[in-house]
Amino acid sequence: MSEVLMEVKHLKKYFETPKGMLHAVDDVTFSIGKGKTMGVVGESGCGKSTLGRTLIHLYESTDGQILFQGEDITHVTKHKMHQLREQMQIIFQDPFASLNPRMTVEETIREPLELSGKFKKGQLQEEADRIMEMVGIDERLRYAYPHELDGGRRQRVGIGRALSLNPAFVVCDEPVSALDVSIQAQVLNLLQDLQEKSGVTYMFVTHDLSVVKHISDHICVMYLGQLVETTTSKELFANPLHPYTRALLSAIPSVDIHRKKERIILQGEIVSPIEPKPGCRFAARCPHATDACRQPQQLREIEKDHFVSCCRAEEVWE
Amino acid sequence: MGKSEVPFIEVKNLKVHYTSEGRKIHAVNQVSFSLQKGETLGLVGETGAGKTTIAKSILRILPEPPARIEDGEIFLEGTDLLKLAEDEMRKIRGRKIAMIFQDPMTALNPVMRVGKQIAEGIALHEKVSAREAEEKAKKMLEMVGIPGSRYRDYPHQFSGGMKQRVVIAMALSCSPDLLLADEPTTALDVTIQAQVLDIIKNLQKEFKTSMIMITHDLGIVAEVCDNVAVIYAGQVVEYGSREEIFDNPLHPYTIGLFGSLPDINSDVERLSPIMGMPPDPANLPGGCAFSPRCPYADETCKNTDVKLDAIDGTHSCRCLHWRRTAQMKAETS
Repeated sequence: MSEVLMEVKHLKKYFETPKGMLHAVDDVTFSIGKGKTMGVVGESGCGKSTLGRTLIHLYESTDGQILFQGEDITHVTKHKMHQLREQMQIIFQDPFASLNPRMTVEETIREPLELSGKFKKGQLQEEADRIMEMVGIDERLRYAYPHELDGGRRQRVGIGRALSLNPAFVVCDEPVSALDVSIQAQVLNLLQDLQEKSGVTYMFVTHDLSVVKHISDHICVMYLGQLVETTTSKELFANPLHPYTRALLSAIPSVDIHRKKERIILQGEIVSPIEPKPGCRFAARCPHATDACRQPQQLREIEKDHFVSCCRAEEVWE
Repeated sequence: MGKSEVPFIEVKNLKVHYTSEGRKIHAVNQVSFSLQKGETLGLVGETGAGKTTIAKSILRILPEPPARIEDGEIFLEGTDLLKLAEDEMRKIRGRKIAMIFQDPMTALNPVMRVGKQIAEGIALHEKVSAREAEEKAKKMLEMVGIPGSRYRDYPHQFSGGMKQRVVIAMALSCSPDLLLADEPTTALDVTIQAQVLDIIKNLQKEFKTSMIMITHDLGIVAEVCDNVAVIYAGQVVEYGSREEIFDNPLHPYTIGLFGSLPDINSDVERLSPIMGMPPDPANLPGGCAFSPRCPYADETCKNTDVKLDAIDGTHSCRCLHWRRTAQMKAETS
């Protein structure tokens, strides 16, 4: 892998609930190369959004280590965090909920520029114009409010705001899930274009496997707070090794009507992430589970740059 | 579209509009299609294309006003549903035609036990005792993979996927002849979606139910539908068998949809999105509604009322230039 931008070691994020500790992110380790896109996939409640938010300190981690550009940022002062904010940004799923309804497009984009203190008054306007053009927002929408925009344009404003100070790292949390396919493609292309120009690193969180395959260099697959498999995008789709990844990939409806494929239909429901038992959390639904799966699982490098957290990965796919 | 036999359901020139703040919103504009017994038709399109309005018109559950069915006929085995009196229509809803709604969280009554919600429909349509209705409701729950012992549970005690299965059990409880499935898996995770689609497919096989599957997901269409109608701005812009549409899409909008879609089985660097935004249904462009976004549109497209043109087989397309598109495709392949 090229130069590492973000590294996470044994990261944990637990939430206290009336029923006990909810293990949202449990012992997750991976790293993201500079200028690359790391996709994080999994189903609702697997902790993928929590992971993204913990990385950029929207949540404080419970345990583990976060290294950003080689520097330990697990625990930082408020002042330091203020500086880091410029470097680490997030694009949210629902641009309607994440934009201030009382701020116009221009005000929304200008706000981070003003807060940074990097621009003189005269430059602000120029810079805001540049960003609006960069994300494809028409000049005439400068004074429009979020409710006057459709979903695709709203998301462009969200992207413009996140990328306004040229951050090194951006968490994209389901940025296209709320959009129609034709608009979704426009936004995905925009994100790729911006990455090519600025070299920004993305962590792309989504439940849509077709999207994640399209946009990512590396992928992490999560299940109930645990990282079950991580490797390059190509390798993951060509050679999935964790039984959950296999089931997940086989479940995607494909538009290729001539390809016959075998579908793995899982039985049972996702178990609760509150005070989970040790061992593999997928075991309850896994067709290959044995007693060994009740022991805590280690993320192991089975093939080069291909990590799997399944003690039976080798024997099952013999 | 079967020519010799009378279709099981036939929608003819359906036209529906909504009135909002004095503006007329044209939701469905002259939609026609038909369906044979046991077949599945996919209605594909983006938000606001009019898919759900079509389904609600068939079941006659549109809120009138603001909605109004302006024109058209909907024949179920030869009877025009739009001409039926309300009490006759009530006998058809749930019994002959049932609907699965998109969001299982809002389709269930939160303060009524799920079993009771299923039994309610059975008791209404079939001459059975309360106990028999309960027995049948339990059987329906088990058919969708939920233990009958959960009859007395409330909706909030189920996960999203299970709730959707309850909704499916409810829709199928009176063995309807036609099932309207409105984005039945959109709110679900993929592995749960696979389970639910599997259940729908098996039940359909067992009961020979016809189905109209409303979705924006072309992958789901590929998986469950025999025929496909692509809807844009309240019109069918392309119609055909699954093979005709997926192997040889001819309408620029259909082609655009495929280009916008990242596919798991292909490696493209960049997607080819459709330019622009869907039109405002209160202010539809003249001529072909897709022309402002269409890369091939010319002046004639903007001022001609484009008809659905038969191509071959069951394939038809609402585009003046489909011949040119077909030729271009033949040359590049």
